[in-house]
Amino acid sequence: MTRERPLTGHLRSDGLALSLGEYEAVGGYQGLRAALKMAPHQVIKVVQDSTLGGRGGAGFSAGRKWSFVPDEDLHKRHVFPHEMVTMIEEPDQWDHVSAGFTTGVKWSFMPKGECAVSPAYVVANADEMEPGVFKDRVLMEGNPHQLIEGMIITAHAIGANTGYIFSRWAYKKAARCIEKAISEAREGGYLGEHILGTDFNMEIYLHTSAGRYVCGEATALLNSLEGRRANPRAKPPHTAAVGLWGRPTDVNNVETLSNVPHILQKGADWYKDLSLTDEGGTKIYGVSGRVKGPGWWELPMGTTAREIIEEHAGGMADGYRLRGFLPGGASTDFLLAEHLDVPMDVKSVSALGSRMGCGTMIILDDKTCPVGMVNNVMRFFARESCGWCTPCREGLPWTVRVLNAMEAGEGRPEDIDRLYAHACWIGEPDGTFCALAPGAMEPLQSALTYFEDDFREHIRLGRCPWRPEGGAR
Amino acid sequence: MAISPHEQREIEALLRTYPTRRAVALEALKIVQGPKKWVTDQDLRDVAALLQMTPAELDSLATFYSQIFRRPVGEHVIRLCDGVSCWIMGETGLEEHLSRLLGIGPGETTPDRRFTWLPVSCLGVCEQAPAIMIDDDLYTRIQSEDLDAILERYADGGLEK
Repeated sequence: MTRERPLTGHLRSDGLALSLGEYEAVGGYQGLRAALKMAPHQVIKVVQDSTLGGRGGAGFSAGRKWSFVPDEDLHKRHVFPHEMVTMIEEPDQWDHVSAGFTTGVKWSFMPKGECAVSPAYVVANADEMEPGVFKDRVLMEGNPHQLIEGMIITAHAIGANTGYIFSRWAYKKAARCIEKAISEAREGGYLGEHILGTDFNMEIYLHTSAGRYVCGEATALLNSLEGRRANPRAKPPHTAAVGLWGRPTDVNNVETLSNVPHILQKGADWYKDLSLTDEGGTKIYGVSGRVKGPGWWELPMGTTAREIIEEHAGGMADGYRLRGFLPGGASTDFLLAEHLDVPMDVKSVSALGSRMGCGTMIILDDKTCPVGMVNNVMRFFARESCGWCTPCREGLPWTVRVLNAMEAGEGRPEDIDRLYAHACWIGEPDGTFCALAPGAMEPLQSALTYFEDDFREHIRLGRCPWRPEGGAR
Repeated sequence: MAISPHEQREIEALLRTYPTRRAVALEALKIVQGPKKWVTDQDLRDVAALLQMTPAELDSLATFYSQIFRRPVGEHVIRLCDGVSCWIMGETGLEEHLSRLLGIGPGETTPDRRFTWLPVSCLGVCEQAPAIMIDDDLYTRIQSEDLDAILERYADGGLEK
């Protein structure tokens, strides 16, 4: 069986971005042509039927943020923003399992018809600043038009005329590719006024971040776009009701948006069939760490971690054994070798007590100290805390202090309980203003569960067992 | 020194892309940071006036985001990635070697003001770890011994040490 790779199958082997002409030659902008012949609610229906899920996973538990039970008929009737907010506020409609809700459903929350608010916005979340995550970079550098087409279709579906691509500061090459693609799209009649001869107008602007991980959180991102500090906003209201400059705003991840043109071109059933599970489509998986061939691969959703690590990444590098892995970036719980047969989709990874996150795995090998690895991740989260709420601003540095002491040989037996307590209190879903700190606790709490002996060994020996006795650091 | 007419025109051109003036603030700070690589108090006052913000408001942004510098940096800015994938792939060894080569640690500038070494939390090239960025140039899959040659490209007449 040949596996289709709609998102990356057409990428050039020399690493250059597809030009407009090259993209059109492989079916580019056909999805947009199809979408513009449809009414917005029909576009939403197709995307809903495709079961396309959010691909952000940016450390901010998508499930936690977005998991209210959707009203399937919502898109068929007019919904007033206040009605929508009431619905989202309804506590029993929150569902704290980690299954995120699909992109089409998310779009259906935008006010429509007589209640439509203008202007409305579509924002591509291209901040991707979580350690271990690099999949959106591949898409923006390789095929920026795919993202742009996805945004134009989204804008048509939800009633927006302006889009912003909020890109990570470090992605300099991706930024150049996007700038070029935006101007090509404008010249090609895909952006600007009367797109493809219709009444639909749209502009897209690139906004490069000034650097802060918390910008990946949708509401912090909107504050940053408005020229404010990237502190998250209180939710509700959902950004679909009150978003950028107080207007209805849809924020979607780059990979999510890049799927949209293909769904419109080839249909929801085709899209669902790409997957091995009931979460439709393909997924860009990645592996970093001590494997033979670190990299990324577009594979059917639900491909097992074992296949990704052993076949695509070539297995562990010579002399190294796998001890565990973070399945989807630095903010996901460790899994072990015994979990390798898990299908990498949202539901299956959640069932093991972790999260698929971005599907970009970080491998812990047997020659790397798990305490040091957790400490590295924790230093990142402590550094990137926006400082808005106390558990995150104060709690994360405290956790780092305890881990530093342990690594320096000054750990005390009670530190284990102290770390457990932090993981419990800071990890409490509603204990912090956003999901940054709970995300930070995921590698810690799972490391304490799976690698507790390693923590105890640091305390017993009075040094890190991975460093020579008397050695520095 | 006030911001130049050219910088002012660049900032004003951006105003078309956002409905409010303050939305341009971060991009404006990047523009005035430009070739001299940091934002002076005078820059801050000028940009704030242009965007109808108070200097304190603008400074609250400048000090929040990691890529806006409110203090002078060296001629070249070194960002050695200490994200988890790079750490696993030997970043600690690179850090020690870089420290020996430059005689400084993260957050410091060499006495000749040629290099500033800033900590950076992941450059997003984890599958090519470990990585280092010097100014806008990205180097991946580097080993300690590569650092000497890489740095020499930025050091007139090579490294002093």
